[in-house]
Amino acid sequence: MINEKAVFFSRVLTETTLSFHIIYATLGVGVPLMILIAQWVGIKKNDEHYILLARRWTRGFVISVAVGVVTGTAIGLQLSLLWPNFMELAGNIIALPLFMETFAFFFEAIFLGIYIYTWDRFENQKKHLLLLVPVAIGASFSAIFITIVNSFMSSPQGFEIVNGELVNVNPVLAMFTPAMPTKVAHVVVTAYMTAAFVLASIAAFRLLKGSNHIYHKKALYLTMKLGLIFSIATIIIGDFSGKYLASYQPEKLAAAEWHFETSGSAPLVMYGVLNENKEVNYAIKIPYALSILAHWNPKSVVIGLDQFKEEDQPPLYIHYLFDTMVTLGMALTGISLLYWVGTRFKWRFIRSRLFKWISALTGPMALIAIEAGWWLTEVGRQPWILRGIMRTPEGATTSDYVDQMLILFALIYIVLGIGTIVVMIRMFRKNPVERELKDREALQGGAKS
Amino acid sequence: MTFSLEILGISVLWTFLFGYIMVGSIDFGAGFFNGYSLITDKEHILTKIIQRYLSPVWEVTNVFLVFFFVGVVGFFPQTAYYYGTTLLVPVSFAILLLAIRGSYYAFETYGARGHKGYAFMYGLSGLLLPAALSIVLTISEGGFITLKGTTPVLDYWALFTSPLTWSIVFLSIAALLYISAVFLTWYANTARDKAATELMRKYALLWSFPLIVTAFGIIMVLRTHNPVHYNNIIDLWWMFALSFLLYLGTVWLLWFRKNYGVAVILLFLQFAFAFYGYGIAHYPYLLYPYLDLYEGFTNHSMAISLVIAFILGLCLLIPSLYLLMRLFLFDKRYIRGDVKKT
Repeated sequence: MINEKAVFFSRVLTETTLSFHIIYATLGVGVPLMILIAQWVGIKKNDEHYILLARRWTRGFVISVAVGVVTGTAIGLQLSLLWPNFMELAGNIIALPLFMETFAFFFEAIFLGIYIYTWDRFENQKKHLLLLVPVAIGASFSAIFITIVNSFMSSPQGFEIVNGELVNVNPVLAMFTPAMPTKVAHVVVTAYMTAAFVLASIAAFRLLKGSNHIYHKKALYLTMKLGLIFSIATIIIGDFSGKYLASYQPEKLAAAEWHFETSGSAPLVMYGVLNENKEVNYAIKIPYALSILAHWNPKSVVIGLDQFKEEDQPPLYIHYLFDTMVTLGMALTGISLLYWVGTRFKWRFIRSRLFKWISALTGPMALIAIEAGWWLTEVGRQPWILRGIMRTPEGATTSDYVDQMLILFALIYIVLGIGTIVVMIRMFRKNPVERELKDREALQGGAKS
Repeated sequence: MTFSLEILGISVLWTFLFGYIMVGSIDFGAGFFNGYSLITDKEHILTKIIQRYLSPVWEVTNVFLVFFFVGVVGFFPQTAYYYGTTLLVPVSFAILLLAIRGSYYAFETYGARGHKGYAFMYGLSGLLLPAALSIVLTISEGGFITLKGTTPVLDYWALFTSPLTWSIVFLSIAALLYISAVFLTWYANTARDKAATELMRKYALLWSFPLIVTAFGIIMVLRTHNPVHYNNIIDLWWMFALSFLLYLGTVWLLWFRKNYGVAVILLFLQFAFAFYGYGIAHYPYLLYPYLDLYEGFTNHSMAISLVIAFILGLCLLIPSLYLLMRLFLFDKRYIRGDVKKT
């Protein structure tokens, strides 16, 4: 029995929760590493500015983690509330990484609690820094385990279904699916990249808004450099993701690329619009590029949508999501590369207000790319919730109240989202860097005398 | 009941649920007392104590809950089907309450401080949360879920008019206030805060009576609602009798202002006996009478791998939890506020 209305609203509610949660989750994975790096640089260079950077990032981070805990608990419960049939099946095969994720998060939560409340409890700063290592590891492993579950949904394996019965379940095989290596790498690296650019945005924005303190310049330089490294890594992994898709989820690559006919020497379609007859207009076609993306070989054959029944094809609008993600990813690489090269050769353009504005936009750009990427993953898997095994409507709840719950959760997320922004702005405005530096100097001067 | 993977699985989960109920109660109750003290102008007495204890550990508290529901779906995937389909509304409401609590920590404690309405809502959410979550226990007693074809449906009218529902709600509230008050009496005493100690001791004694009345009340209500469970409870009478004796011990220590540390230990043991007694009596049903432990269990290889993951996980967690407790719970200098945070 399928309740059409419940299916629709379950999808909308899950999309809403994930779209909101992913912002906090991504920053939650990436920011601890940035704090770790900043504090480490500070100790190494004996530079108070980097230490303060770590301290202030931590304060903001704690707020986003607290909200992320709420939204994470929400999505965790909603998996069972909205997709009970799916979870009943998936629980039998892929429960292991879900279970391990709670351990990873447990580990992270414990050490984060210790880390924030022990800034001045250690004589040796390095000991305090060590507490952050389990936080960063726990955060990254949370992402790894959850992405393993998500990979399983795209390329399920490690079980057999014989006469409707689940047999030969192998939980370890289910974890290491073909989708897993590229997806996990992609998620983790883009989280680092996004965290770096979001923090770069803050520094650039402060520089624009009057503060010319060297503290912000150091922050911008550090985060842009990290952003560059991780965005280059993202491009490399993105290329491997294309190869994975071509072999294991060809319908998704074909839909994302509007590649209708199976053919060799396939061009990569960027941008453009689709008319009613499924013809592509106004697009940029890069010759051979899709074949290269799919199989390394400019002549290779790329499977098109003609190989799939209409009801097994993902919606074609995922092309726009793909374009958004790729364009923003490329732009971020370009901006951070320009910044890095420009700083080395002391280009004046890099110090201009215009470029600071561009730098301030990198954070929002990275977040939009993350959203587009997750929408691409989830919508691109449709019509399946478990590819080839279970269709999305079959997995959904039959409950009648999903639409009311959608309103409830939308309100919760609006309040949490606005609250996060207001509180962070208030917190940092009340206590600007200049004042905090002065306070700390006074404190340390007092301690010495 | 012989030892099996099913028993091992449910014991692990039940232990984590017990952990959540205890640390959660302390957390929720403290929030309530904090909100209540704002109205009665005893703010300064409690707020500091509560913040020093709660802020570093609340995320850890929450993970106990997440661990429980993820573990249940892992060990007993069919629970996702039965409970997931039926619990959409009550659990969504519980998430709303968790959101209020989480955002309070995020926005008030870590950020700017001092909105009274927020603290009040936060306190109230602590009272309502166990009430919302305890509905799951009520439903598991059977009689509220019926099968329409193969689809489980929750009868809200039956649920909200049942004396069992309300007695479990009252018990959860009385228990959380009692647990929290006893624990905070000890914590305040360790912090050498006389006024707070006296206040919390008063609350603890005040709530000890309703607690025991509702506890007995539930057993009586069960007699008509679910005779099978009731009879099992009677068979395990010694566990509940021990729990009652331990309860008397705690109250006695509080009354005569003796050794609050021991009182907390007795409190934990009291609830452990009652909680495990209740759980064992519930055996073998996960949802009476539709789903039992054996039918709902996952496949063998998943069970084995979950157990292995659990043991490895514990090797990581126990030392970390020990460190956390040593720093914030058993470090007298920290409790007294001699050590500052950022």
